[in-house]
Amino acid sequence: MRALDLAQLHGAQYADVRVVNNRIESISVKDGIVEELSSSETEGVGVRVLVNGAWGFASSRNLTNAEIDHITTQALDIAHASGLVSGEKVDLGPKVTSQGTYQTPVKIDPFHVSLEDKLALLLQADAEMGKVQGVRTRRANATVIKEHKHFANTDGAFTEQTIFETGGGIQATAVGGSEVQVRTYPNAFVRQQVTGGWEAMLSWDLPGNGQRVSSEAVALLTADPCPSNITTSLILGGTQLALQVHESCGHPTELDRVYGSEAAYAGTSFLTPEKLGTFHYGSPVVNLTADSIRPLGLGTFGWDDEGVPAQSSPLVQEGLFVGYLMSRETAAKLGRFSNGCMRASGWNRIPIIRMVNVSLEPGTWKFDDLITDTDDGIYMESNRSWSIDDKRNNFQFGTEIGYEIKHGKMGRLLRNCTYTGITPEFWNSCDAVCNADHWVMWGTPNCGKGQPPQIAHTGHGAAPARFRNVKVGVLK
Amino acid sequence: MIEEKDARKLSDAILKRCKGNPAEVTLLFNDAALTRFANNIIHQNVAERDGEVTLRFFIGKQIGTASTNRTDEAGLDELVNRAKANAKTSPEDPNYPGLPEPEAYQHVAAWDQRTAEFSPEKRARAVGAVCQIAVEKGLNASGAFSTGSLKLVVANTEGVFTYHTQTNADFQTVVMSNDSSGRAQESAWKVDELAVEALGREAIETAQRGHNPVKIDPGEYTVIFEHYVTEDLISSLNIYGMGAQALQEGRSWMNDRLGEQLMSPLVSIWDDGTDVHGSPLPFDFEGVPKQRVDIVKKGVVMGPVYDRYSGAKMGKLSTGHATPIKLRGYGPLALNLFMAPGDVTVEEMIASTEKGLYINRFWYTRLVHPRDCVITGMTRDGVFMIENGEVAYPVKNLRYTMPYVQALANVEAVGKASHLLVGEYGGLCARVPALKIKGFNFTGSTV
Repeated sequence: MRALDLAQLHGAQYADVRVVNNRIESISVKDGIVEELSSSETEGVGVRVLVNGAWGFASSRNLTNAEIDHITTQALDIAHASGLVSGEKVDLGPKVTSQGTYQTPVKIDPFHVSLEDKLALLLQADAEMGKVQGVRTRRANATVIKEHKHFANTDGAFTEQTIFETGGGIQATAVGGSEVQVRTYPNAFVRQQVTGGWEAMLSWDLPGNGQRVSSEAVALLTADPCPSNITTSLILGGTQLALQVHESCGHPTELDRVYGSEAAYAGTSFLTPEKLGTFHYGSPVVNLTADSIRPLGLGTFGWDDEGVPAQSSPLVQEGLFVGYLMSRETAAKLGRFSNGCMRASGWNRIPIIRMVNVSLEPGTWKFDDLITDTDDGIYMESNRSWSIDDKRNNFQFGTEIGYEIKHGKMGRLLRNCTYTGITPEFWNSCDAVCNADHWVMWGTPNCGKGQPPQIAHTGHGAAPARFRNVKVGVLK
Repeated sequence: MIEEKDARKLSDAILKRCKGNPAEVTLLFNDAALTRFANNIIHQNVAERDGEVTLRFFIGKQIGTASTNRTDEAGLDELVNRAKANAKTSPEDPNYPGLPEPEAYQHVAAWDQRTAEFSPEKRARAVGAVCQIAVEKGLNASGAFSTGSLKLVVANTEGVFTYHTQTNADFQTVVMSNDSSGRAQESAWKVDELAVEALGREAIETAQRGHNPVKIDPGEYTVIFEHYVTEDLISSLNIYGMGAQALQEGRSWMNDRLGEQLMSPLVSIWDDGTDVHGSPLPFDFEGVPKQRVDIVKKGVVMGPVYDRYSGAKMGKLSTGHATPIKLRGYGPLALNLFMAPGDVTVEEMIASTEKGLYINRFWYTRLVHPRDCVITGMTRDGVFMIENGEVAYPVKNLRYTMPYVQALANVEAVGKASHLLVGEYGGLCARVPALKIKGFNFTGSTV
């Protein structure tokens, strides 16, 4: 409150302040040896001010009154400097006056689980992976996070939130000749992550999947390569589809990208405003939602970092593009209200528009029926590489594993699977989405955006889906 | 920010709390600011002050790590207690070689007071000059101008105490029209070495030349890469295989190729943390002095960089390339890369090319397969067809999938001028020239 009062006394039309304490515990095991057993705790304060319609922000780890005065004054000076190269004055739209507290629902507080128990689970998973011959490197890890945050603004908002995250996974790498093959579980890059407690880690049963993950990595060394430069039907498993949604649906709907705020780094978007309500982003079976309320989602919270309440809003309805991820400022430009997508990665960063949970809504198909219904195609799962252009059109993805589908049956194992496409063509080729029985909330804890860079944790619910006439096999 | 004598007092206070157990403390204090602009106005403008304290606590070969950004007495007590508890829980690491002993290291000049004190107003005025030119040309400028300083200490109970101060400055801009764009960037540890307006004009000129781009068929082309692309080539080779751990795990492009002529003889790449023409850092995050390491010498693969852990596993000494604790899972990395410049200018490369592509930069590049460091990515911010030794017309952005090892084997010419660039997440820096490469494989194009 001291910062807010000082800011207003010095002419700020608006100010907000966040005080954040962040705790992380991280354990990683490699080939049966503990590679890392660490814990961190950091705290700090960030003050954002709007002076004559221009922004300034300053932050510090030091929470003394003198330092808070210093950074508030610094933020005001920075805002004045911004005013030297300014244009249209910032309009934040209606006031935000949220009050309350929120805590992630947890059954088992992950910080109350002993380090010994956490480590024992990972060592057990490692031992299971090690029972399979031919694996070069085994990895298992667990990460738990607790973020405690206070937010206040000059509109009168005051919120307090405690967000818990639990993440982890296993990975087996097999090497043979010039081949290197990797399998991970439950999600790519050794980490599925959710908002929730240790019960999530237990539900994934890492030890129970250890031998399978190792066996698949070894089998991939001698599997047939993915057919090259063909066009076929593609069924994507849930984890790969979650990343597809992240890259080709979440990012292009960030309204700050559309308005050019990220042009210097992350890029812009092909979803320009005149397309809202008229553009067929996908086929009629494609429904995409942005929400910050679904259980387990990494984008689930009580209020965003502008104090806007958590909510759910459609982005694509039956294929039609209908919504963006917005902030107060960008929503006001569009004549709408913010849907609460402003998130800062820490006390030392300003909030920018980030994905919350951006999900493909479940369809009607059972997975087995989808396979049976596919005469000729490839099933791909678990991301291995991902790349997309700066407007979010041309993409290319690679997966850890694939299976040929012939005459309605999953057949031979395929390695080095890749596929490529243009975003709206791809989503308009989607003709089937699996039902809620197959829908899982996946986590992407490594989304990069902003200058200076920020890493966001985003959620993506997805069930397997089928896409027609997709170009696959682009290793060369 | 912390002065050397206070840093020594603080590190001593932490190590003393470890009560005879071996321990290593890293202090990283930073004071950073960034002025960001888009649509020809400053839309984000930020500053931060932070200090990270990381402690590794050893009980024999049991290792526990803890970090905090508190430096008060209670905070330090809590830090040591956590690190000790973590060490007690952790089983022994039989491969751990122990803490290094003190070694003399080269103190390098990397601090510029003017950079450390560069005000938001000065950044704003420099940005404003670039935006003004863009407005006059009917173009849209975006970018970021950052300045800052950091102080790094690594100390341990064996008597190691290393202290380094550094300033940094970076200006980058993307200038756009409705159908074209251009980009320019430069990094330095002295802000006055950044020719901000010239960089702005470079990006503007590229955008102006890029109107009405033509869609072309993918395929193999001779390419001329600006240094921005070269930075991506060697940074990718770094992340995916210049460190000894990648070699040990069998996933480096160097595996089974040490001593082999894998790349063009025109290609020499080395790492040198003491060279003031980079972004110098004279010791690593274990306090071991950095050595100059030849990674590739005239196309021959010389070997990786090591830290103490990976070196001990392979019977080699550390080359001073341990990364910060939270990145230690990646193994050692080269943080200060150089590629040897050549003897031709970009204009001469273009003039010598009958048909090819002149490319400003790559974007969103990711590993597809580690063996030859096969990378996929997009071109961005300026692609031009060369015909008969001249830039003929602009081209729509292309996707490529190409082994970077093969790309550097196909180098036909290396640029005279080299430029310093700090990577998108900071920390990794490279001083690199332009390149001419034959047979570069493009697999698609954007709309």
